[in-house]
This record gives sequence, structure tokens and C-alpha cells, in this order.
Amino acid sequence: MQFCLCHGGLVFFMTPELFLQYLFAGVTYGLIYAIVAIGFNIIYNTTGIINFAQGEFVMLGGMTAISLHHYLPLPLAIAAAVAITMVIGALIEMVFIRWLHNPSILRMIIITIGLSILIREGALHIWGEGVRALPYFNGNEITSIVVLGVGVSPQVFWVLGVCGLMVAALYLFFKFVPLGLVMRACAANRVAATLCGVSTKNMVTFSFVLSAGIGAMAGCVVSPITYSQYDGGTNLAIKGFTVAILGGLGNSMAAVAAGLLLGIIEAFSISVVPLAFQDAIAIGILLIILFIRPHGLFGNRSAAMLKEF
Amino acid sequence: MLRIRNLEVGYGKLKVLKRISLHVAPGEIITIIGANGAGKTTLLHTIAGLLRASGGEVVLRDQNLREYPARKIVGLGVSLVPEGRQVFATMTVMENLQMGAYLPMRRDKNRVREQLAWIIELFPVLHERAGQLAGTLSGGEQQMLAMGRALMAQPALIMMDEPSTGLAPLIVKNIFKVIVKMREAGNTVLLVEQNAKAALHIADRGYVMETGHILAQGAAADLLANQDVQRAYLGRDVDAQT
Ligand SMILES: Nc1ncnc2c1ncn2[C@@H]1O[C@H](COP(=O)(O)OP(=O)(O)O)[C@@H](O)[C@H]1O
Ligand SMILES: [Mg+2]
Repeated sequence: MQFCLCHGGLVFFMTPELFLQYLFAGVTYGLIYAIVAIGFNIIYNTTGIINFAQGEFVMLGGMTAISLHHYLPLPLAIAAAVAITMVIGALIEMVFIRWLHNPSILRMIIITIGLSILIREGALHIWGEGVRALPYFNGNEITSIVVLGVGVSPQVFWVLGVCGLMVAALYLFFKFVPLGLVMRACAANRVAATLCGVSTKNMVTFSFVLSAGIGAMAGCVVSPITYSQYDGGTNLAIKGFTVAILGGLGNSMAAVAAGLLLGIIEAFSISVVPLAFQDAIAIGILLIILFIRPHGLFGNRSAAMLKEF
Repeated sequence: MLRIRNLEVGYGKLKVLKRISLHVAPGEIITIIGANGAGKTTLLHTIAGLLRASGGEVVLRDQNLREYPARKIVGLGVSLVPEGRQVFATMTVMENLQMGAYLPMRRDKNRVREQLAWIIELFPVLHERAGQLAGTLSGGEQQMLAMGRALMAQPALIMMDEPSTGLAPLIVKNIFKVIVKMREAGNTVLLVEQNAKAALHIADRGYVMETGHILAQGAAADLLANQDVQRAYLGRDVDAQT
């Protein structure tokens, strides 16, 4: 049996094995994009800021874990790397963001882009240009689990599992944990939250900590597959931003769907266009969305006004 | 309970409140009436700590409120029901009420539960709509929710900024009844209204504000009988109601 993919007028025949391979690759990358997009959303919802240094959190998580793994067992190295990245997230907010009074959007964009350059340069000094990777959590690069007739690396399941768990945990956190409730209140109406006695500044710091944490965790699980490098965050930030916009800025559950969509489109595009064009696809989608549906694929205009995680 | 002396507040160079003085005694309903742009909201925001005064005193019992940020002033027992309701639109009615209890929740959970029961008694509709998103409530229900949320903080002084704006007369009546019940339960109320007649009918005393000054003050009954006040603020109400 053959699958027929109609694409740009071309007809491709694909074996089911190949189809599944592409699908798994697409879902893996898609979930990472979704996590980066959720990181964008968490900070955007509590502050209205797009934190362009979001991709750097992913890079920092991976790189720090790789360095720590020389001294610590893998789970500990990852836990410590996530914790360190969270502290860095908190410091960034406290040093660069907290003291600003009603900063303009342009100023915030410049500050966060500046921060991402700063972190990247710092990473270049610490780790150099080399490409590194965490070891596979189970087995090695040739270990595979057979699913529906195709071999899939166990690391793919680690990515699926960890990212899936993070999304579920975040959902429960915002729905049922008092702190999550308070963060949603800040997102919905900052003045009203202040009038309830909430320190909105602390909630902003916490949103940076949370974003840094999930970004770093994603950076660790994906490192064996995609490798880590000092400038790996830039690409992820672009993809994550595309996904955040695609899903409707601020809407994290839609970001998961949008992330999967972009990941799968990218994966299948390899069979149609040369690999070098893969990144252009995200940029192309971003531009099209910004032109025709700036409120996102899943949002509507009025819902876009209401910030919700 | 609350004493304001020579309060001066502005936005940048624009002076909005010009040496305002007023006081509120425990258990009173005080109303501040005045036209749009008089500075009523500015005054409430300054008391609540959302705005910084440039001069004068705001003293609650013996505490100088000017030294505290907004989030601390709630804890001192002053809650604001802001103009335009400002409910958490993307959260449910119950979650909104929970947010109101953000500070007291840390002190005494049982007391919060009692308070919630009382608020639901005041506004049974909030119980019926507990799981509904606040943004989908009608204007009147949102106003009740905003009042309920403020009451959840267990305030000694509750300030309300134009609660009747945009609501049907029957609902306004209902809300004013609840304000009277709140006072009976021991709350002190500072009520800002453009609906001067209704406000003066339930208030003990009133202040008339115009372009940042207190123009007149006195017992609510006296203000209702005052010719100038009638012409400027009550005539319009009579016109509007016929
Ligand atoms: N954020 C602001 N920035 C500048 N001027 C303001 C602001 N808010 C209110 N004002 C001005 O202050 C004056 C009083 O406004 P306000 O306190 O809202 O009056 P009221 O509540 O009595 O209608 C008005 O002239 C208004 O234009
Ligand atoms: Mg006003």
C-alpha cells in the first residue's frame, strides 16, 4: 500500500514506513516548538512582553546539563541544569525587567533581543563553538523500538513523554494550584489582581522562572537527538514564536496543536524541498499568518483580547 | 476611620485633586457625587494606593496609607470595587471570589468560608453562576461579582466607584439594597456615584466634588434638600427617570 501526498502540484509516493518516520520526527520537533511557544505565552500573559530570549533557556538547559553530566549522574545533572536555568530566568527578570515602569513594547523587544545576544555570547565564551549532546537516556543512537514496523529511537518517546507531561502539568497547575490561579488573575487583569493584594511583580518573576524551567527541561530531553550548541536557541526561538503566533498568542493549548502542525509540515517537507529550505517554511508560515490571521489559526479576534494560558 | 487632609494628586503636570479634605467614621455610608471628570476615581485610586499623592495626608485609623503600596492597603482593610467592574474575565465566578480572598486565605480559612457563605446570601446569583466565566456575565452580575470579590477580602472600609453605571433601574435598586446590608453587617462604605439621588437616599453624609474641589458637604438629607445640589446633580436624575 502506498500513501499519496499531493504537494505543490507534485505527487509523491511514500511507503508507510517512511510516512511514520516523518510523522515521529515531526511530532518530536513539534512538541519542542510547542514547549518554547508555551514559554513565550506564560511570560506574555503575565507581562505583555515577548521574551525573545526564550530559545536561550532551551540552549542553557541542554548545555548546562551536558557540562554537569561530567560530574553528576544524568538525572541529577538534568535536575540541576533545570534549576540553574530557572535561577538565571529569575535573575534576568530581576535585573533587567523588574525596575522598568510601563516600558514600551519596542523597548522590551530590544531588551529581550539584547539579552538573547548576551546569553549566546556568554555561552560561546563558556562552551565554545563545539556541538555537544547529552547521552541517550536509554541505549544509544542505534537503539530502536519497533512501532508499526518502523524503528523509533527511545529518545523520541522520552521527548513525547516529558513534553506531554509538562503540558499536562502546566494545565493542572493553572487550573487547580493557587499560585497558578494567581498568575491567571494577573494575566486577566493586573490592576484587579493588585487590588486583591497580589504582588504582580513577583508573579512576573515567577513567570520567567517557570518559562526558563520548561525550556531547560525541553533542552535536556531533546539534546541527544538535535544536539546542543551555543547558538541553538535562535532557531528554536523563531520556530517557537511562529507556533505561538500560529496558535494565537497567549493560548498554550492551541500552541501544542500549532507546534505539532509546524513540526509535521517541516518533517514532510524534506520529501518535497531540499533540507536547506526547511527553516524557510516556518518563516513563510509566520509571515502569512501575520498578514492574514494575526490573531492565530485557532483564536478569534475577541478571544485574542482575553489572555488565557 | 479614614481621614483625608489637603490631598493633592495629579497626572504629571495636570493637577486633578486640589487640597481635598474629607473624613469617614466607622459604620457610615458616605457618598461622593460629582460630574464626569471631577476627580472621584482619582481620589479612590489614591486611597487604594494605585496612584501616588503629591501632598496631603491619607490616614486610616492611625496608619498613613501614603506609605503603603496598593497590595498592602487591601491587607489593612480597604477594598476598592473599581469603576467598570474589572472582573477577571477569563476566570470563573468562583475563581474570582477565591482571588478576593487571596490575603485572608493565609490567615484563617474558616473565616473565608463564612464570608463566602454570607456573600452568596447577599448575591444568590453568584452561587448559580459559580462555574461560569466572569466575562460572560451580564453587567449587573459582573457588578455583583466585583462587590463580592472585594468583600471576600473582609474589608473594614469598602469603596465603590460608580456601581450603578450602565445597569437597569431594578438592578441598581438591588445593588443599593445590598450596600445598606453591608453597612448593617459592620462595613463602612465610601460610595462614588453619578446617580446622586439614589446615593444620597442611602447615605449618611455626602460630599459634592467638582474639578478637584469639595464644593459642598453635609448630611445626606441636607444635600438632597439643597437648592444648588438639586439644580446641578439631582435635576438631571429626575429628567433621566421620566
Ligand atoms: N490616567 C490619566 N492620565 C491623565 N489624566 C487623567 C487620567 N485619569 C484621569 N485623568 C484626568 O483626571 C481628571 C479626573 O478624572 P477622574 O478621576 O477619572 O474623574 P471622575 O472619576 O470623577 O469622572 C479628568 O480631567 C481626567 O481627564
Ligand atoms: Mg470615575
